[in-house]
Amino acid sequence: MKATDLRGKTAIVGVGLGGLPSAPNRSSMEIQTEAVHQALTDAGLNLSDVDGLFTGSSHAFMPALSTAEYLGIRPKISDTTMIGGSSFVGHLLPAAMALQYGLCDVALICYGSNQGSGFGKLKSMSEPQTYEAPYDPRHPITSYALAAARHMHQFGTRREDLAEVAVAARRWAQLNPLAFARDDLTLEQVMASRMVNDPLSKLDCCLVTDGGGALVLVRSERAKDFPKPPVYMLGTAMAHWHRQISSMPDLTVTAAAESGPRAFAMAGLAPKDVDVVELYDAFTINTILFLEDLGFCAKGEGGAFVRDGRIAPGGNLAVNTNGGGLSCCHPGMYGTFLLIEAVQQLRGEAGARQVDNAHIALCHGNGGVLSSQVTALLGDASTL
Amino acid sequence: MTNAFSGSGPDAVFAAYLADGRFMLQQCDDCKKHVFYPRVLCSHCGSPKLTWQPASDQGTVYSTTVVRRKPEQGGDYNVALVDLSEGPRMMSRVDGLAPHEVMIGMDVRVKIIDEPGHGKLLVFMPTQGGGA
Repeated sequence: MKATDLRGKTAIVGVGLGGLPSAPNRSSMEIQTEAVHQALTDAGLNLSDVDGLFTGSSHAFMPALSTAEYLGIRPKISDTTMIGGSSFVGHLLPAAMALQYGLCDVALICYGSNQGSGFGKLKSMSEPQTYEAPYDPRHPITSYALAAARHMHQFGTRREDLAEVAVAARRWAQLNPLAFARDDLTLEQVMASRMVNDPLSKLDCCLVTDGGGALVLVRSERAKDFPKPPVYMLGTAMAHWHRQISSMPDLTVTAAAESGPRAFAMAGLAPKDVDVVELYDAFTINTILFLEDLGFCAKGEGGAFVRDGRIAPGGNLAVNTNGGGLSCCHPGMYGTFLLIEAVQQLRGEAGARQVDNAHIALCHGNGGVLSSQVTALLGDASTL
Repeated sequence: MTNAFSGSGPDAVFAAYLADGRFMLQQCDDCKKHVFYPRVLCSHCGSPKLTWQPASDQGTVYSTTVVRRKPEQGGDYNVALVDLSEGPRMMSRVDGLAPHEVMIGMDVRVKIIDEPGHGKLLVFMPTQGGGA
C-alpha cells in the first residue's frame, strides 16, 4: 500500500457556494447550510445520503456535532482537524481514505461564516502565543508583514510586485459575478493605500466577507452516475513546520516546498502540467511565496514572475481565477473556495473567467501564519 | 540540569528568572544546541537534558515591521524577529530608535525593561549608536 494508490480514486461530484457576496442577518450555520444544499443539488443527492462529514470552524468548539445536528444527519465518520484556513483542502485526504476503506459512501466537506456582516473582525478561538503576545503583534498581519519584509530584503522583491498580485486578483474578480470586490483597481491605488504593517498596506490584505462552501465526494467507481462531469483527486499532501511566526525556520520558504512535491509525486505531475492555479492569498506575499515553493518559478523570482500582469486574465499563468481571498471572498477561512473554483474551471462552467482547455488544477491551502500548507491536484476525466 | 518532569516547568522557571531581571536560555546537554522558547524536551534532538544558562544578550535583526497605530492610541511601534547569537529566534521589539529605523541585519543587545501594565519585558537596543 502506498500514497499513490489514492490517485484518481476519489471524485468530487458536487460543489456549492453560499452567502456570496454578502449575507446580512444570516448566521454562519445558515450560510454553510445554503452551500451544503447547493452542493447536494449539484450532485443530485439528498442530505440523507451523506454519511461522512468533514468540517471546521474558527468559532465553534465541536463543529462536526453542531453541523450534523443542524442538518439532521448521522455521519459514520467525522473529521474536524483544525490547521487554519487550509483545513478544508486538508480534509481531502481523510475523506479520500474514509471513502476508499468503505467507512463512508458520500463525504461532505463544508464551511460557512458570517464574518463580514456578523462581526466584521477576524473572530477566532486561537490561543495567545505566550512568547509573542507581549510585543502586541497584530494577528495575523504582523507575521505576514515580517515574511514580506524578509523576502524583500533577501531577494529584492518590491512593493510594486506585491501590488501586482492585488491588481491581478481584482481583474479576475471583475469576471466573477459573485466576487465581493469588483471595482477597478490600479497599481497606483494599491501603492497609495493605507499602510497597516510595513510593507503590507490595506489592499495587500484579504477581504473580510461572508461566505460558505461545500463539496460532495464519492469513490470514483460511481462518479459517472452523477449529473455533472466528475473532478478527480489526483494527489494531495500536507506539511507544517511551525505554529507562530517566530518559530518558522526561514520566513522566505514555506512548508509548501514540501507539500507541493509530495502532492505532485502522488499525481505523477509537474508544475508545467498545471492549467489553472488556486493559491490561498490571505496577503499578497502569499501568492509570491507559493508560486516559488510549488515550483512555478525559482526561489526569489516570485516578484518578477507576477510582474506586468503575468498572473492576471490573459497572462502566462491563470492564478486565483475567482478573484482569490483578496478580491472574491474571505470569510475567515478560505480553503473550500480554492477547491470549488478549481472544480468549476475543470468542468468548464466558470463563465467569463473560464480558462481555456483547463484539465489540471492545483489548489494550495495555507493556515495560521504561513504555518500549515496543503497542496491538492485535481483533474478532469482526461487525466486519469 | 534539572529534572525535566518535576518541579516548576520551564515556562515558570523562565518567567521567574525574567521577573528577577535575568534572561536565561536552555542549552541541551546532549546536542549542545540552545532552545527558545523554553521547553521540556530539546526541539533539536528530543533530549530531556536541558540546562539553564545566562544568555549572551547579543542578537541580529532577522526581520522587522512597523505596526501602524493612531497617535492617540500610542502611535506606531516596532515588532521584530531577532536571531540570538546562540541560535534561537525570538519575537521582540527594538527600542532606542524610531520603529521604521530598525533594519534587517542590525546588531542588537538585550535590555530588560519595566513595561507598563506588563512587568519585566525583554526588548533589544541597537549595539552601536542607538542611544541609551
